[in-house]
This record gives sequence, C-alpha cells and structure tokens, in this order.
Amino acid sequence: MSNDNENQAGLLQPEALSRAVKEASAAIESADSLGELAAAKTACLGDKAPVSLARRAIGSIPGKERGEAGRNVNAARAEITGAYEARKAVLEAAEAERILREETVDVTARTPRRRSGARHPINVQMDRIADLFVAMGYEIGEGPEVELEWFNFDALNIHPDHPARTMMDTFHIADGDGEYGSNMVLRTHTSTVQIHTMLTKKPPIYTVAPGRVYRTDEVDATHSPVFHQTEGLVIDEGITMADLKGTLDHFAKSVFGPDAKTRLRPSYFPFTEPSAEVDVWFSAHKDGARWIEWGGCGMVNPRVLRACGIDPGVYSGFAFGMGVERALMLRHGITDLRDIIDGDVRFPAGLRVED
Amino acid sequence: MRIPVSWLSEYAALPEGLSTAELDAALVDAGLEVEEVHDLREQVAGPLVVGRVASVEELTEFKKPIRHCHVEVGEDEPRSIICGARNFAEGDLVVVALPGAVLPGGFTIGSRKTYGRLSEGMICSARELGVSDDHEGIMVLPEGTVGEDARALVGLDDVVFELAITPDMGYCFSVRGIAREVAHRLGVAFADPVAKAVEHPATDEPPHPIRVETDGCTRFTLRAVHGVDANAESPEWMAKRLTQAGMRPIGLAVDVTNYLMLELGHPLHAFDLDRLSGDLVVRRASSGEKLTTLDDVERALDPEDMVIYDDSGPLSLAGVMGGESSEVGPGTRNVLIEAAHWDPVAIARTSRRHRLTSEASKRYERGADPAISMLAAQRAADLLVEYGGGTLADQVADVDHRGPVEAIELPVDLPAKTTGVDYDRATVVAMIEAAGCTVEGDEVLTVTPASWRPDLTDPADLVEEVARLHGYKHIPSSIPRAIAGTGLTPEQRRRRRVARALADNGFVETYTFPFVSRERADELGLDEKDPQRDAVAVLNPMDDAAPLLRTTILASLVGAVRTNLARGTRDLAVFEEGLVFVPSEGWSELEIVDLPVSKRPEDEAISAAIQRLPVQPRHVAAILCGQAVPAGVDSAGRAVDWADAVEAAEIVAEASGVKLETAQGESAPWHPGRCAELRVDGEVVGHAGELHPEVCEALGLPRRTAAVEIDLTAVALPGPASAPEISHYPATLIDVAVVVAEVVPSGEVEAALREGAGELLDSLRLFDVYRDAKLGEDRKSLAFKMELRAGDRTLTNEEGVAIRDAAVAVAAARFGATIRE
Repeated sequence: MSNDNENQAGLLQPEALSRAVKEASAAIESADSLGELAAAKTACLGDKAPVSLARRAIGSIPGKERGEAGRNVNAARAEITGAYEARKAVLEAAEAERILREETVDVTARTPRRRSGARHPINVQMDRIADLFVAMGYEIGEGPEVELEWFNFDALNIHPDHPARTMMDTFHIADGDGEYGSNMVLRTHTSTVQIHTMLTKKPPIYTVAPGRVYRTDEVDATHSPVFHQTEGLVIDEGITMADLKGTLDHFAKSVFGPDAKTRLRPSYFPFTEPSAEVDVWFSAHKDGARWIEWGGCGMVNPRVLRACGIDPGVYSGFAFGMGVERALMLRHGITDLRDIIDGDVRFPAGLRVED
Repeated sequence: MRIPVSWLSEYAALPEGLSTAELDAALVDAGLEVEEVHDLREQVAGPLVVGRVASVEELTEFKKPIRHCHVEVGEDEPRSIICGARNFAEGDLVVVALPGAVLPGGFTIGSRKTYGRLSEGMICSARELGVSDDHEGIMVLPEGTVGEDARALVGLDDVVFELAITPDMGYCFSVRGIAREVAHRLGVAFADPVAKAVEHPATDEPPHPIRVETDGCTRFTLRAVHGVDANAESPEWMAKRLTQAGMRPIGLAVDVTNYLMLELGHPLHAFDLDRLSGDLVVRRASSGEKLTTLDDVERALDPEDMVIYDDSGPLSLAGVMGGESSEVGPGTRNVLIEAAHWDPVAIARTSRRHRLTSEASKRYERGADPAISMLAAQRAADLLVEYGGGTLADQVADVDHRGPVEAIELPVDLPAKTTGVDYDRATVVAMIEAAGCTVEGDEVLTVTPASWRPDLTDPADLVEEVARLHGYKHIPSSIPRAIAGTGLTPEQRRRRRVARALADNGFVETYTFPFVSRERADELGLDEKDPQRDAVAVLNPMDDAAPLLRTTILASLVGAVRTNLARGTRDLAVFEEGLVFVPSEGWSELEIVDLPVSKRPEDEAISAAIQRLPVQPRHVAAILCGQAVPAGVDSAGRAVDWADAVEAAEIVAEASGVKLETAQGESAPWHPGRCAELRVDGEVVGHAGELHPEVCEALGLPRRTAAVEIDLTAVALPGPASAPEISHYPATLIDVAVVVAEVVPSGEVEAALREGAGELLDSLRLFDVYRDAKLGEDRKSLAFKMELRAGDRTLTNEEGVAIRDAAVAVAAARFGATIRE
C-alpha cells in the first residue's frame, strides 16, 4: 500500500506531469475522428488517466506540499483539456464540412414543379392604358358588345343614309325570325361607350373605354373581325383641340416611349367636327423611326352632345379612338396579327409585357 | 381617286421644282389621304423607245401565229424582234423595250434566240408597260420620232397620286376639287376648269322632250350633238389621262363623259338619240318594273328608285348606272348629253339597295355641284364637236329645281374657342372664303356655303374648315387640368385581380371569338331544354358554320384548347374573361323604340329600347388538361383532375374576396359524378369539375379534361371586411376520424363538425379518406385535423377532447357518424 502511495506520489513529480501532458497531447492530436478523440479523451482525462491518478495521489503527500501539487495537477489537466477542445473543434468542423459536401446536389438538375401562367398582352396593354388615364383623373367606361343601332350609329351622327354607315362593315344581329331588322349590331367601335357615358353622367366627363369591337373583316396578317380599341372622351367647359393634342401627346409617350410625339391630319368622322387622324412618331420602329397611323380623334360634334342632352353652348369636348392590336404589334415588332388572336398559349407566355 | 400630277398642274399652278414629297405633304395637310404614289417614270427601267415596224414576216410553223419583225429604233440597222401580237402593220409606230430594259414585275429584256430567230427586244402592250390592263394587243402610237424615249408618249412621264377621299370631301372626287385644295395649301393660283365652258340659258324647245316628275331630281340639263363621226376616237391626251386615272377608254362619247366626271366631279350620261322613243320622263319607279343595267344585271326596281324612262320603259337607274337599251355605242351618230343632279340620300339608298356602287353614285351620294350641271353638259358637247366632228344643236334643256343654299351663322370666335388657336377675324373670314363660301357679318358671320360643299351645314363644319385650311399643325398642345377621379370601380379592380391571380397560379390568359356553331350545344351535351341553347344569332357571320354568339365562355374557349393540342402542346391551363350573350326574355316580341337624335331621348324610352338587348354578363372560364404537375427528376408528375378545376374556382373566389361553397352538382358539359356546384352566399355562380367523357370525345379533348365557368357578374362584391382576431396562445391539435355512409358528402360532414366545434375551432382540414371492409359495407372514414384555440388562454387537453366530442355529436346526429377509434 505504501509502495503504491509512493508510486502515485511519483506521478506528482513535475517531470511526470509534464510527460503525461506531452503524451496526452500527442494522443489527442493524433485522433482523426470524433470517435478516436473520444477514446483519447478517456485515456488522457478519464479515471485511469495519469492526471486523474495524480490528483488522487495528492492525499498521500505531506499537507504542506499539497497546495503546489494540486496547482500543478490542475494546470496539467487544463492543458490537456485545452488540447482536447481544440482538436474537437477541428474535427467537428471537418465533420460538418463532410456532411455538407455529401449533401451537395446538382442544382441545375431540376425540373419545374409548377405551370407558369401569363396574362394576355392585349389585356395587359388595355390595363396599362386604363392606369395612365386613371392617373389623370379619368374613369373607365364600359358598354355592351351587342348594341342598339342607335348607340352605334344614330346617336353618333351616323344616320341611316350616311355614307359612313356603309364604310363600317357591321355584324348585324338577326331578328326573331332570323332576318334583318333587329335594330342590333355587334358594336363596330368603342365610341358607343361615349353615348352611354354622356347619357348617365353629367359633365365634367373624363372617361376612357378600352374594349372589344367587331367588324366583318377576314382574318389576315393585319385584320381580325374581333379586335380592341381604346376610346377617350372628355366633356367640360372650355375644352379645345389643343387639350386633345396635349392629351394625345401624353398618351403617345406612355405607349411608344418618351420621345414619341403626335401629328394631326384633317380627316372625317361623323361624331367629331373638326376631325383628325392621329399619327405618332415612333422612334423604335423595327424599320427605323417614322410616323405611323395610330387612330382617329376630334372635337365631339355638337349634334352628338345634343342627342345626349348636353348643351353644346356650355360644354365642348374631345374624343379619340385607337386600335390596341396595332400599337402592340408596332411596339413589339409583331408581324402577324394571327399570333395575337389564335389562342396559342405560347404567345402570352412568350411576350411578357410590363404588368 | 387617282390623279396624275400633269392633270392637277393644269388647274393648280404648281411651283417649279415641287417635289413629289412636297406635293404629298400638301395633300395630306389638306385632309386628302395619300394611299399610294405611283411614279410612272420609275415603272420601266432602261431603254424604252419609239420604233417603226420595217418588215413583218409571218411564221406559221408554230402552234400559234408568230411574227418576226424588223423594227427601226434609230440605230444603224433595224432590230430583229419576235412578237406574238398581230394588231399592227408595217410602218406602224410601236413602243420597243430594248435589251437591258426592266418591265414592271422585274421582267428583264434581253437578247435571245426564240422561235428559231434572234429577238433583240420586245414590242410592248399597254399592260406589259403597266400603263393599263389593256392586253388586246401591242400599243400602236399615233405619232412619235423613231429612236426617241417613248415614256412621254405612253404616259410614263407622270406621277399618279392615289387618294382616299373622306365622305365630307365629295368635291375632291375631281381634279377641280383637288386642284382647289392644293392651290390653297401651296398658295398658288387655281384655275377653275368649269371656266372652259360658257353657260347657255334654256331654250323654249328642249333638245329632246323631257318631263321631271320627282322631287329627287334637283336639276336636269340636256344638250344634243348631231352627226358625230361614229369612228371618231378619243384624243390621245384624253385616253392617256383616263388610263392614268384608272378608267378604260371605250369610245369618244363615253370617254368624254368619264373625262369630265373626273375633271369636274359632275357625272354625265350620254344617250344614243336614235335609240330613244318618245319623251324622257324622270320619276320614281313603279314596283314590278325591271331594268338591265350596263353591268348586264337585270334589276327589279323599287318604288323609291329614281329612273329615267322613255316610251319603251326604264332606260337608266338615275345617278347610278345607265341601261343597255339606250347606251351609246360604236354606231352612235346623234348623242344626247344629260347632266343632272340628284338627291344624295335617294342615290345612296338605290346604290345600297341594288348593291351597285358606280363612279357616278359615289359622287352623287357625297354631293356633286348642281351649279355646274349646265356647264358640264356644255363642255361635253364642245368636246364631242371638237373631236367627233358633229354639230351642236341650239336647243338647251335646263329643269332647275334647286332651292337656295341655307346660310350658317358662325360666331367669329367659335373657331378659336374650339381649337385653341388664336385666329383673328380676318383669318377666319379668309379661310371660309378659301373654302368657296361667301361671308357677311361682323361678330356673327353669316356664311353661305359653296355650291359644291353640301357637307357644310353646321357651325362646327365651318370651324373645321378654318382649322383645316389654316393648318392643323398650328394647333398647340396643352393638357386639361386634372379632375378628381375615383379610379377603377370595384368590379374593374376585381376583374383585374381575378385575371392576375389565375395567371400567377399557372393559367395562361387567352381570348377567343365569341362566334360558335349551332352544333356546339350538342357537342357540349346540353339538354334539349337547356336555356344555354337559346342564343343570339349573327345575320352575316364571317363563317356560316358559326353564326351564334356564345352563351358560355367554355363554348368558344374549347377552340383555343384544340388549337394548342393540334400544335402539340398537351399540358394546358387556359382561361378567358369576357362577355356571354343571353337573349333577354321575349325580346323579339318587344316593340322597337325609335330614339331621337335631335334631343336627348327620355329615360323611359332608353330603358324600353335597351330591353331588347341581350343580357351580357361577364364570365370567367378555365380549361385544364394533360399534366397538372409535370413529371420531373423528383416527381412522377400528376395528371389534371376535377379538383384542379375546383381549385381554379377557389382562386377566383379568393381574388374576388368571397367565400366559395361547393356542393355536388350536375350540369352539362360536366361529368355527372364529378361536377361541383359553386355557390357564393348561397347563390349558384358556376360549376367546376371534370368534363363529361362524351363531351371530351365530341370536342377532341383528352379524357379527364377539367373545366370551370363562373358568372362574375353574379358574384356579389364583398362589403368592408372585418379584421381577424389573432390569438397569442398556441393551438391545441386534435385529429378526428369519423365513419359515415359512402353517400354522405365530405363537405357536409365538415360543416357539421364546424358547427359542433363552435367558436374555439381555428381550422379544420380533411386529410384522409379511408375505406375498409372492417368499417362496414358502403362506409368510409373521413379523417380531419382540428386546430383549436382560445383568445385568452392555452386550452387544456380535456377542453380539446370535449370540443371534439361536441363536434362529432352534431355529425352523429346528422349523419349517424361514429368516431373511428
């Protein structure tokens, strides 16, 4: 027993402690995995480790030596523990890295998990136009697509014998016997909305009406029996053609870009007097900057105002109407209108216009 | 209207060196839309010369007769040229395109061997030169110098403008009108072509007896020329101008009337005096009468048609087209020239009634100048005498029923107030006078429109004249002050949200024409009595096979699906928002209400008139087929099924801010067992589910195609929403599985559980449907996850179980549901 005590007391010798630290550090450093490190920890810091045995031996030495021996043992143990923690951190980091490496995938080997949808560019275009005019204080007008002839023609100063009535290729609605004379048509222009608006609202009126219209044109690269227009109508006191021009300039910039400008050419529409064709200067045209025909406009004919119960002596106004398809085709270099209308999903999906 | 610049320049003193582009701009500024500019000088490139046929050798060994000619073209030796035409003789002057010339259509002339002979050029026809459609033979020139450029002689030294004339500028269907406009625009002198004739007063005896018995004839003038050379041809200059203007020279008398119609804008008619029997009578037709017009169509006359008769019957559809029986022809020696003026509305109606538009009707409809009828007849007679060698009869007929032209009162400041251009009085007066009107007055001008401007009736018309003649380019640009708008309406915002939500959830927006076939209702499996069969019909559809307007969007949207399938796109999810057309109840029995235009119609009248219109609600519909989730590296994919369509309905409801309720439904074109009836606030607003297999078959759609259609107009707009109460305590989760009979809809069990659970139920979700023999015959287990939560505490397990039991108790009472342990 006393021999044991002496041997254990020998462990407290500084040389022995220093050797124990050295051997323990070597064992910890050589551990290549967290498992080996755990084994090394048991060997170097466990119950049977030299530093543990040394601590137990403190009781066997004289009391006055115990203080220093205790400090030496603690220092040795702290050094080993430090080595262990350091190695553990290294090995854990390596392990974490290994796991991440193992979990690496080819992020390009992916197939979409959802269908991608799209709005139709024509409708987006009409919404944008609506937004522009809403920002100017306008409201968005609406009307039916099957329309009474009075709204489509008569109220717009296109009387039954007017040459303009034959200019428009109109779809007529069959009467009850499948004959002519129902007095109804598919609207040939969104100008009908002007009439609805003026009959239901009092001036000042600031309205645009984007919508679908119908004419008996065969489908080809530039024609369709179903197409879209944007109608504008302003009725207020003191409205002039200069207001019309300025509004069109503003509108043109929003559709065709900041350097767009408009020019008015004398023309004829029964519902406006004076009347004009609007050309727009389009600098991004695919064949080079040029004037392009954009739509028709003019000062609302006093006859139209009277038919709607608005006193032309007090109020004046302007109206304009533009084709939506044409502007879209020009802006995006679409050469065949059929791409817009034939329902192929690749068109809306492929032409993402600003929404 | 086609107008050669050389003709225009005869009456408008065009400045020296005026370019085509400058003239183009002047026309456009005047309101004359330039549709096309034909620069005839560029029509034939390379050498085109006058040749003289020196010798003709007939070659007979070929299938068709061929001529081998030698043609002098001003070179040392005549050229050897092969020609297929036979309408020329030795010594004739012809037009020769020499090697290197390029004819219209890119046809290059070379030197080549053909029919065994050398051909070093081509003797040209008018059509080959692009001068006219005349291909009767080659052009034989009346005069010319051999070897000189032939372009001037055949009218290829000119520029022809093709103009679109708006209905208010009928007077510009003439050189006279266009020259007036161009002269004003360019600030040069205008010479009125009517000044070439001298007006003669009517004589006691007319050149031929005439009675005008209708008020639709404003003026009727006659001159006669006797002893015209039946073989006389139109002078070359006249034929050339007619050709350039797009008309075919026919014979002197007809050419003269056509020429003057183009020059003056006043149609004329030439009768063969020897083919008339008895008095000419102008009156409305009697029903049952027939007339064969010059286009060889026999026309049944309408009592409103104005017709010129003689004793033999109807001769001519007045103002529209002449008849065969009295037409001038190659043998005509005595010509009666008629220059009349007709009521534009009557002409327009006759023209439309007979679907017959002529150069004359086009002009009368838009208003010819009744002041120059006599002068036009006189000019025609003068030209006939000059080139046909006849004698002008002394008699003059002039039945003149013209009324006074009504004056218009124009406040002198109205043009400025309307256009925003600061015109002074002098400018206003000058512009109105430039339009040919006479002006009196000071603050309010009294304006008498020109006789050729029947379109000028309102002060606004005069405002346009001032603005147009002064120039639209002077109109400044300003923007009216902003007003206090209210933005989009709730319906408009909803429409956008719905479309955007569907697009964001993988649906592609499209739009289809609303025209559908009568068979589509059968293809959709609609019952014989289905109200959706009652459709509005288009009288003149583009496609006779699709005359109806859709009553559902699906009826036309299937077309877009088929287009995509045909192009190889198999996985589809498309939608459309748009109007459908439902005949209003008993519309065809309702009286047509005539609404006035001179004043605002009464509200009652408007409402009554609108009653006849179809109801036009806005629907949204979607169709899905193929894979809902595509197969990929991490998934086998998933095929579309009925639930995808209900999901689309959920998207629409969510975007509309309403709660969607579904119930088992049955409606065509859906599968009777896989159709959800969609309700909002208890109202049925549409259906969703899988399409009926027979519908898929009939329409060529893949099996299991799913579809939804919702009447957006029927979906009420949500009121102001109240904020949810957010509990800060954790939820208690309890699963509950109940066993019910197979026929009990899950949705109703869920509703019963909700009701029984009460306020503390936070959410309830079906997560499993299980069937097993142990459950019993025709029974199923429905498993739900319940989330329970109180606002003021964490619920205990005991409380949770009590709520679950209360929920099951309601389901048990309602459907005999039992808890599956």
